[in-house]
Amino acid sequence: MIVPLEHLLILATLLFAMGLGCVLVRRNLIMILIGVEIMINAVGLVLIGASAFWQQVDGQIMVLILMAITAAEVAIGLALVVYLHQQKKSIDVGIFDEMRG
Amino acid sequence: MIATVMFYLLGAVALGATGLAIIQRNPVYAVIYLVKSIFALALIFYLLGAPLVAALQVIVYAGAIMVLFLFVIMMLEVTPTNASTRSAPGWVQWAPVLLLALTLVTLTLVLIGLDPVTSEGIPRWHATPRDFGYALFKEYALAVKIISFQLSFAAVGAFHVGMTERRRAQLEDQS
Repeated sequence: MIVPLEHLLILATLLFAMGLGCVLVRRNLIMILIGVEIMINAVGLVLIGASAFWQQVDGQIMVLILMAITAAEVAIGLALVVYLHQQKKSIDVGIFDEMRG
Repeated sequence: MIATVMFYLLGAVALGATGLAIIQRNPVYAVIYLVKSIFALALIFYLLGAPLVAALQVIVYAGAIMVLFLFVIMMLEVTPTNASTRSAPGWVQWAPVLLLALTLVTLTLVLIGLDPVTSEGIPRWHATPRDFGYALFKEYALAVKIISFQLSFAAVGAFHVGMTERRRAQLEDQS
């Protein structure tokens, strides 16, 4: 390990907190998805750090799986954003306050 | 030793780029700053002994996912279009971009220029692509299959959600 594991966890926590803040504060749907991306990146950093700490390759495979899940999530999420934009001509989350049925 | 210094510098770049990304009004700028943060994280992954994941981070995240974001943002045309009325970017806009980019490029060049014989630039423990592939397709073969199912479900779901009403009516007429 080039650095203590604690420092790596602090970096990942700060990144995660930034992503969480972005999700909670921003009102633009695309910015919310970007916040989710930041949080997923922070989780990947923790997994890589754990992989280096125990010198096992498993953590890196988890990151690969995480990337595939992220790709799927972004594909569905952005398709939903396009759909919602077609419905209301806006991507402000404040507008989507009603459900059908 | 030099890897430790680089880790802290890259961590600062990642934090700075992410911080700038989440406060941007225009989502395009946010995506660009996030790409910079992803590059910094990819270098950190390399320093932590994951060269293959670092390459995939750049290829998949920066190359595919972020470009998908940019594509959707530009397709929706929701970004403020009064750019022509604004003045040209001054030093306040240029400074953080240049600082982060120059730090990243310098650190990458330093990493490339390190002598691999003294193993200063190569992490002491790192997963070779051989180890990685062996573990992935032998121990985690089931996970790979589940993930490929999930990706095809996502493709079908995205296609279904993205279909317009007119296209849906056309398909119903045909059937």
